[in-house]
Amino acid sequence: MAADIRPKRPFRWHIAIFLAPAVLVYTAIMILPLAGTLQLSLFRNIDQHQVFVGFDNFRTLFGDPNWSVNFWNALRNNVWFFIIHMLVQNPIGVLLAALLSSPKLRFSAFYRTAIFVPTILSFVIVGFAWKLILSPLWGVAPHLLDFVGLKSLFTPWLGKEQYALTALSLVSVWQFIGIPMMLIYAALLSIPDEVIEAAECDGITGMSQFWKIKLPLILPSIGIISILTFVGNFNAFDLIYTAQGALAGPNYSTDILGTFLYRAFFGFQLQVGDPNMGATIATIMFLIILGGVCVYLFLIQTRLRRYQF
Amino acid sequence: MSTATRSLPRTIGAHAILLTYTVIALFPVILVIMNSFKSRAGIFGAPLTPPTPKTFDLIGYTTVIGQGDFFHYFQNSLVVTVGSLFFVLLFGAMAAFALSEYRFRGNTLMGLYLALGIMIPIRLATVAILQLMVASGLVNTLTALILVYTAQGLPLAVFILSEFMKQVSDDLKNAGRIDGLSEYTIFFRLVVPLVRPSMATVAVFTMIPIWNDLWFPLILAPSEETKTVTLGAQLFLGQFVTNWNAILAALSLAILPVLILYVIFSRQLIRGITSGAVK
Repeated sequence: MAADIRPKRPFRWHIAIFLAPAVLVYTAIMILPLAGTLQLSLFRNIDQHQVFVGFDNFRTLFGDPNWSVNFWNALRNNVWFFIIHMLVQNPIGVLLAALLSSPKLRFSAFYRTAIFVPTILSFVIVGFAWKLILSPLWGVAPHLLDFVGLKSLFTPWLGKEQYALTALSLVSVWQFIGIPMMLIYAALLSIPDEVIEAAECDGITGMSQFWKIKLPLILPSIGIISILTFVGNFNAFDLIYTAQGALAGPNYSTDILGTFLYRAFFGFQLQVGDPNMGATIATIMFLIILGGVCVYLFLIQTRLRRYQF
Repeated sequence: MSTATRSLPRTIGAHAILLTYTVIALFPVILVIMNSFKSRAGIFGAPLTPPTPKTFDLIGYTTVIGQGDFFHYFQNSLVVTVGSLFFVLLFGAMAAFALSEYRFRGNTLMGLYLALGIMIPIRLATVAILQLMVASGLVNTLTALILVYTAQGLPLAVFILSEFMKQVSDDLKNAGRIDGLSEYTIFFRLVVPLVRPSMATVAVFTMIPIWNDLWFPLILAPSEETKTVTLGAQLFLGQFVTNWNAILAALSLAILPVLILYVIFSRQLIRGITSGAVK
């Protein structure tokens, strides 16, 4: 081929034209501000001037009691928020998807549609609706518990420090269960019939078929869901803000990194906003998320075998 | 044939679990909508029963419509979502085509660069984005939101679409080239129609977070003129904490349009999400 012999081909402008809009918008609105935010975390506003202070902001965040108490609290809460999602959302999502994907199940389109409804609703609706339902004023939750004879278990969960975060995590699980369900469902449908038939010929059916054949095949999807959950949880904000306000009450017990960042950066009530401290928190969140993604890419994904059909 | 794999108890069990979860998923939504049509006494007296002629009351809706400017907020949300969606799909498909179709130096690197944004949320760049928008005078404009959401949606769009574009047959494209079509025509006339189902997937994944986002409207465009429906509802609900009729009516008004759209398009939407599997 002529093109292979000549070391240089004429510049193919159409490639540049195809790439340019996406790369420009993405770089200008996302990458440069991200870099700018990381950079801001190394500066401090002293007498209206941005002065380079090295890692002083991080020292303040970790060590100064004005910041560190809230920061470690938010981080701890965020980890708990993530654990609840992993333990509740993903197993239930896999279970629902496995049931839905069984062939010839009637009404599966209806179930799919209905279970996905909460996912399309905004946090504002979800946060407020659950706030009303769990409110002791309205009495829906105790009323429902009464049906199953567990009325004594009811307390105003969102108002109690020890329960509020778990309750909100479960609300968030309720909202997002549709995403793992759909992704696993898609993965299950993509398993070719021959594999399933071969398993049936070998007498592997029902539950053992799920554990031995299907589950190993959908592990890559479960990995993807886990990392999506991780990223989503560590930059969550909206649900907590809607249900408990920017102060993430009661007594900061539902404060996660997102709400902490909002208060630090934008200011709230008596607290004055500080872009540099905001950038510092954002940098920490960036490092946490980057760490999680790296663990996924280098430790988990490389060990999962991908099956190509 | 496969009767061995299916027994009656197992089917009933599957339906029981799915039905239970369906009830859990829909109950809060139905509860809110049902109670929004009741009088205050009805809401508190019997929250779990549908409105009866005795408890039926539209007082909540009249309060909301008298107070909030929901139609305007709704319009803002629509402009932002549709605008961002258009740019994400157009720019995303173009970049995905370039990455999947041509071999050029830096191809892999460019793909990785664009994929970075899938995992790193744009929210972390907020501090500098706000400074950028202040500097360029775009604060409190819908343009700012459209720009941010376009950047937010592009990485995933490029990633998904390039996977799908790799599957478009090379013979078809080469036949087009032999017939003298330009690269642009091949893209718009041959490739885009073939990857339309995956565009639907991308549209869904892009649209829902944009419509529901509270963070950027709160920070970049909180003015009365540019409030989106999510932000408007949030502020409105905050003001009416004790007026349960108004809150329930406002929630219903926020739920209903989305729910109606979803019911109409759910078939396409779910087919879009699962189309990656059942090509």
